[in-house]
Order: sequence, then structure tokens, then C-alpha cells
Amino acid sequence: MDSSALPTPIKKRSTSLSGYLAVGPGLLWLTILLAIPCLSLVAMALASRGQYGEVVWSFSLENLRRLIGFGLFGWSPDLFYILLRSLLLATITTLLCVLIAYPLTFHMASRRPSIRVFWLILVIVPFWTNVVVRSYGWLLILGPQLPPARLAAFLGFIPPGSALYPGTLAVYLGMVTTFLPFMALPLYASVERLDREILEAARDLYANPFLVFWRVTLPQTTPGLSVGIIMTFVPAMAMFVVTDILGGAKYMFIGNLIQQQFSQARDWPFGAALSLGLMILTLLSLGFRRLKAPGQKDPFPL
Amino acid sequence: MVAQINKSFGNHHVLRDVSLAVSKGEFFTLLGPSGCGKTTLLRLIAGLELPDSGSIFLGGQDVTTVPANKRQVNTVFQSYALFPHLNVLENIAFGLKARKVDPVTIKHKVDRMLETLRLSDLSKRFPSQISGGQKQRVALARALVNEPNVLLLDEPMSALDPHLRTQVQAELLELHRQIDTTFIMVTHDQGEAMFMGGHLAVMRDGQMVQMGTPREVYSRPKNKFVAEFLWGANILLATRDGDRMMTTLGPLKTDDQVSWSQGHLAIRPELIVLEDELARPKDNLVRAKVIQAIYRGASVELLLDPGPVKVVTSPRFNPQPGETVSLFIPSADLVALEGQAA
Amino acid sequence: MRTWPQAVVAYLSLVLLYLPALAVAIFSVNKARFGLNWKGFSWMWYQKLLENEAIIEATLNSLILAVVSTIIATVIGTALALGLERAPWPKSCLRLFDAIVNIPVAVPDIIMAVALVLAFSLLRNLSGIFDMGLGAMIIGHVTFQISFVTMVVRGRLASLNPQTREAAWDLFASRFYNFRRVTLPLITPGILAGAMLAFTLSLDDFIISFFIHGPESVTLPIYIFASLKRGLTPETNALSTVMLLATVLLALLAERITRKL
Repeated sequence: MDSSALPTPIKKRSTSLSGYLAVGPGLLWLTILLAIPCLSLVAMALASRGQYGEVVWSFSLENLRRLIGFGLFGWSPDLFYILLRSLLLATITTLLCVLIAYPLTFHMASRRPSIRVFWLILVIVPFWTNVVVRSYGWLLILGPQLPPARLAAFLGFIPPGSALYPGTLAVYLGMVTTFLPFMALPLYASVERLDREILEAARDLYANPFLVFWRVTLPQTTPGLSVGIIMTFVPAMAMFVVTDILGGAKYMFIGNLIQQQFSQARDWPFGAALSLGLMILTLLSLGFRRLKAPGQKDPFPL
Repeated sequence: MVAQINKSFGNHHVLRDVSLAVSKGEFFTLLGPSGCGKTTLLRLIAGLELPDSGSIFLGGQDVTTVPANKRQVNTVFQSYALFPHLNVLENIAFGLKARKVDPVTIKHKVDRMLETLRLSDLSKRFPSQISGGQKQRVALARALVNEPNVLLLDEPMSALDPHLRTQVQAELLELHRQIDTTFIMVTHDQGEAMFMGGHLAVMRDGQMVQMGTPREVYSRPKNKFVAEFLWGANILLATRDGDRMMTTLGPLKTDDQVSWSQGHLAIRPELIVLEDELARPKDNLVRAKVIQAIYRGASVELLLDPGPVKVVTSPRFNPQPGETVSLFIPSADLVALEGQAA
Repeated sequence: MRTWPQAVVAYLSLVLLYLPALAVAIFSVNKARFGLNWKGFSWMWYQKLLENEAIIEATLNSLILAVVSTIIATVIGTALALGLERAPWPKSCLRLFDAIVNIPVAVPDIIMAVALVLAFSLLRNLSGIFDMGLGAMIIGHVTFQISFVTMVVRGRLASLNPQTREAAWDLFASRFYNFRRVTLPLITPGILAGAMLAFTLSLDDFIISFFIHGPESVTLPIYIFASLKRGLTPETNALSTVMLLATVLLALLAERITRKL
């Protein structure tokens, strides 16, 4: 029994039966459908694919070898490129989001409280809209007849009459607009609490904006920033909708690869191995966050 | 009524062998600093906690293991704990409804209670729409409408503005006079405990220290803790030398029986008499230098050396810091506190 | 310090965030059948929506999926929140429970989808309900909705004054009476907000549905995704606009309910 909280007899009596009845269904549901399957990804990753796409439960390191790039015809860099591209995509997306989110949240925090709420809602609303629809919106904007594509064609970046998708620019536009709210909301929680007088004092002492940011603003907003980075980086690694719609088949990412293993390719064990890699990355970054901000209460558990 | 109660939370012994008798219809006050176990004692009487050992009797019946919802005891909580989703009327009717009293009786009783506590105009309001003082009256009405044998009040004034407290205290006393329910109130404010009359018990670290009427307890604190808690000053370390007590102020005499060879004496600041220089020498007349003189309007407060001794006296006197004054300490008012000093 | 660069970035990012939705909405009232040239204002594509059987079916599927899964998840999630918050679990036990409840919040959607596919492939041997299709999708949606409902209801429970429950107990309320007359009414706003959140998440979900849908159980996001692959039609614009408005309205409503109480 915890000695710090004062237990009451009400609690004492409600312990056993009703407590178990209340948490039982929910916990069982989540355990059977999520916790166990997540753990069984390990087992699946060590199995192999049968002739007709079924899972053959025999131990093999085949998928782990494939994970580091060994295919049927020896080592090929294809998968390596995909991993690298995903990492690069997630990193650049996160960086761009950080670069936009700092000025954005500073601007938000310096508004009057009533207007601040309005800004907050404006940033949250896109967070609720469907990612397929939003990516589709970019398809429309970057279409061949509209000014962005025409300008690019005029400048000679693309042949006249073609669209700005599929391509890197389209993918990054989609990614940044998808993940900006994920970065801005946790960061805003930290920036809002930032003591403005400390910034002024620092400006008084250092006088150099870069130094003020590096020595004062950054350390003080680390909790929000680290939540934001994780909430952006991990799902950005896993993203396949934006890359599929705006990147086309030309660019493969881990997310698309996993999705393919479970649909067209029907190679579940390899898909499991890829997912496992992604999950380990997730757990690592969550652990990293716990190291970074001990005792900090997560302002945004989402 | 409460016998030999013990209660622990984990390793923390909150109540040790506490016994207490409250007679029917009384206004009883439990006084003590926060953390002394007074609230826990109240919760045990209410049935919200179970004691580790000991018994609780209500009108001669052992109710120790009777749960709160079956006990004829109701509580006014410190936070009032009004039901935020129910209006004033529904809040007051809650206990009667839970006991399945017939609606006609409920209406009758609730209406009478609304009137007694001047809440009739607020009956349709919700707790979030009324003031602190009004909330407290609703909490009182909600408990009293059940006609409990005992009404428990847990720091009922702590959530009120200071200027409202005196008024509410008087109202509470008047209410108690009208009905003959036993009231047991918990407070850490000694002024409040004095004001309520009845009997009071001082608690410390889960034990009863002293019980009695306010006059008994205030004029003759039993030990150093009570004297410090009630008076906050003038506790002198003394060594016994025959019938003379050697203190920093000089030798003093007391009318009290003294059992220790070294211990504490205490004197209330307002019972020390400031004497003229010309007064003839006698026992318990000491001289001291004024360190600080604080004009309080109705009185003057002096801080004196050696001691330090505090004197509260008539504003007629106007001694200046540095001046030497003579003090007469009546031997009848010099209390010998229990307990040998280390 | 100069603040105008901040303001410029802030407004620019708002433009970026809203441009796609705006584009969809504008093109949804464009008369043009092919291409993206502006041919004048028209509601015709919204009318066409009502005539398109595939879209109506997808809408129905989406709604059935959202309603059924929300009801199940709300009941299970509320019970879970009550059990976690009210029963005196040992610390280590509670930490394990918390970890399980937080999986859907912490893990990327695609991994959750993969885990569900694995679970269904094994459970399929027990019952046909786990075959790809609407039944499996409902189960899948409930799985991630539970966490969010539990989170919201737990927050509400934790914010209640603990003395309120004791007061009811003191006022002769039995445990059942206490729950029905005090706890339940007090957490109802939390339950409603949790349900709204679950409903919105279900309507909005693409990734999990995409992994476990069957040919008969196409939902709106899946339909839109598939129609992008086939080629753009103006109906898709209208449909997307409707969806955007619906989720935004629901989300704002949920926010309203939570903030009010």
C-alpha cells in the first residue's frame, strides 16, 4: 500500500472484483490485439515466406539479412537507399518543422490571450483533417495549369505542361504541412511558459540574437522541442500516404515498403522485420526523451 | 464515545490511543496544528476510515465497523464537497433521497432547512453560482436535513474570507443553540475554538494533550506545547531552588505545585503588570529593558530583555526602547508546565 | 528585437496549412469536368455525390464503422478509466497497465496496422469475424479508440474533488447509488468528449482501415485514396470538402464540450 496517498475504506472495498471487471475487457482487448502482436513481430520477422505468400514458421535469419540489403542476387543497395531516404525524409521534415515552428510559436505566444486561443485553434484544425485529403489538395495546387507549375516550367525546372508532382518538392510540402501541428503544439506549450524577462535580460547581456537563442531559448524550450521532434520524426519515418500520393512510385520509403509487403507482395515476415526495425526506433526515441527531460510532465501526451 | 483509537497509514502512526467523550448536544472542538490527526479522528467518527484498533460508540452503540452510509453522522467537509451537477435544493435533498424517504417528507424537510439557513432564494442555483459563505450554508443544510445524531465540521471556516468568519461563527453557534444535535468541529484556529464555547480538546502528534472548557485550557495550559500553541510567548526555562524558581528574569514564585527540578514556567503577556518605579519591592517583581514597543491601538505590546518576555498592556503606558521597566508577575498566574526539561 | 520576421513566418505557415484544404474546396465548386481550369461556380458535383452509389456505400461504411466502434470503445474505455483510477492497484501493476493503454498513442499507425493484421491472421482460425472486412475494421478501430477514450475520461475523473464521493457516502448513498447519481453524471462530459474524439478518429482514419479493409468495406478515405490512383474526378473534390468540414466541426464540438465542463 502506498503510504503517501490516504486510502479510504471505499477503495479498500472496491478492490478485487469490480476493479478487475472494469479494467478486464479493455486490457484484454489491447493485449490480445496489440501488445501480443507487437511482440510477435519479433517471431514473425524470424519466420519466412512460403511459396503462396503464407507464413512459414521456421526459424530463419533471412529477413534480417534482407533488412541490411542482401537479396536473392547478393547484396544490393536498393533497400539501403530506401532506408536512407526514409531517414533523410524524416530528418529534413523534422528540421523544417523546427525552423518554422519556432517563429510561429513565438509569434503565437506574443499575441493577446484571446487572440492566442484563436491561433491555437487555427493550428490544431489541420491536425484533425484527413491526410489523404490534404495530400490530394497539394496535387491540385501543384497541377500543370496552375501558377506554381507554370512558374517552374517558365524557369526551366520542369518541361512545359507538366505538373510539380510526383517529386521531392511535392513530398516535402505534404510532409511539412502534415507534421507542422505535431511540432508546433508541444513547442508552443514550452514557449508560452518561457519567461520573457529572461530573454530580455539575456539580450541585455549577450546582445547577439543567435547567442540568446542558443544559450537561453533553446535550453528552456527543450521539453516541448523534444516532444515535438519525436511526434514528428517517428511518424515521418513511418509515413506512406503522403509519399505515395505526392511522391509516386518513383520514390520508395519504408512506409510504402511495409505496406507493399502486406498487400501486393504478401511477404509478411519481411514486412514484420521492417516494422520491427521501425518500432525499435520508436522505442529508442521514447527512451531518449525520458533521458532528456526527467521529471518533466508531458504537456502533450498525444 | 471514542475509546482507545489507533490508526496508522503505512508506517505513519496518525492516532495513538486516543480517547474522547462528547456529551449529547454539546459543541465540541478539536484543536491542533495541521497534521496532528484531528481530521483523521473526525473521519473515523464519520465512518470514512476504519480504525486499526479501538472502538467508537454512538449513543451507547458500538458503530466502529458501521460504514459511513449507514451511520447517523453527517459531515460538513472542508471543501464543502457540494455536488456540482445538482442545484442547491437537490444537494440538500441528496441524503434523504438516498435513504428513499417519501417525496412529500423530503420536500417538507428541505423547505424548512432552506428557510432556517436563509437559502430559499438560492434553491435553484448551482454550486458554481453561489458565494463561499452560501456554499457553506448549503453544506450545513445538506448535513443537518438528515437530523444526524452528530454533525461533524472539518475546518468549516478555512475556505471563507477572514472578515466573513466571525459572522459565520456566530451564526453557527446560533444554529447549534436552535437544534440539539451534537457538533464536533475541527480547527487549527484557537480563537475559533475559544469562541465556540463547549468543550475543547487539544491534539498533538496523534495524541490528546488536554481537554476542558476554553477557560480551563486557556488559563492553565498543561505543558509547553499547549502554552506555545495558545499563547505563543513567555515560556521561561526555570530551575527549582526550594520554593523559588530561578529564571532569566530572576527568582519567581508560583502558586502551582512543581514536580520537576528543571522545567518551564509560563505567563500570559496580558497578565503581567507593569509597575511604577516607585512601587515597593516584593516577590515576583523584576526589572527588564524594553527592546521594542509596538503600538497596537487597543493595547501596547512590549518586547523585553532579559527573556525575551512579551507584555501586553494598556496603551496608557508609553515606554521607549532602551528604557527599563518593572514587571510584576502574579504568582497565581504563573503556570508551572508539566514535564522535566532536559 | 524585430518581430516582423516571426509574423511573416507565422502567417506563411498558416497559408501552407490551409492551402490544400482551400484548394479542394475551391475546385469542388468548379464547373469544369476535366482539367483544373476555372469554368465558373456550380454545386453540381455535390449533387453528383448523391447519385454515386460507390460514394454512398463508402459513406455508409464510414458511418457504420465510426458509430459502432465508438459505442464499443466508449463503454470499454470508460470502464477501463474507472478501474485504473479508482481501484487501488499496486504501483508496478499500474505501470504495466499504463504501458498497454498507451501503445496506440505511442506507436506509429502503420505498426499498429501491421500488428492488427498479424492478430487477425491468427484469430481468423477462431471466428469469421476476423476476416478482412467491416467487422475486422470495427475491431481494429475500437483498439486505438479505447486508449483515447480512457485518456479523456481518466483526465476528467482525476479532476473531480475526491471529497464529493465521500460526501455522498456520508449522506447514506450506497456504492451503486453513489456511482449512478454522483460519479456518472460528473464524468458524463468526459465520456461525451472521449466518444466524440473516438468518432472523429475513426472517420478520419486511413492507414489502419487501409490494411484491414475488404472489397465490400471501402470507407471514405479509402475511396478517395483509390480514386486518386484512378485519376481525379470533381466528385472527389466535393466528397473531400464534405469530409473536411465534417471532421473539423466534430473536433470543434468535442473541444467545446471538454472546455465547457
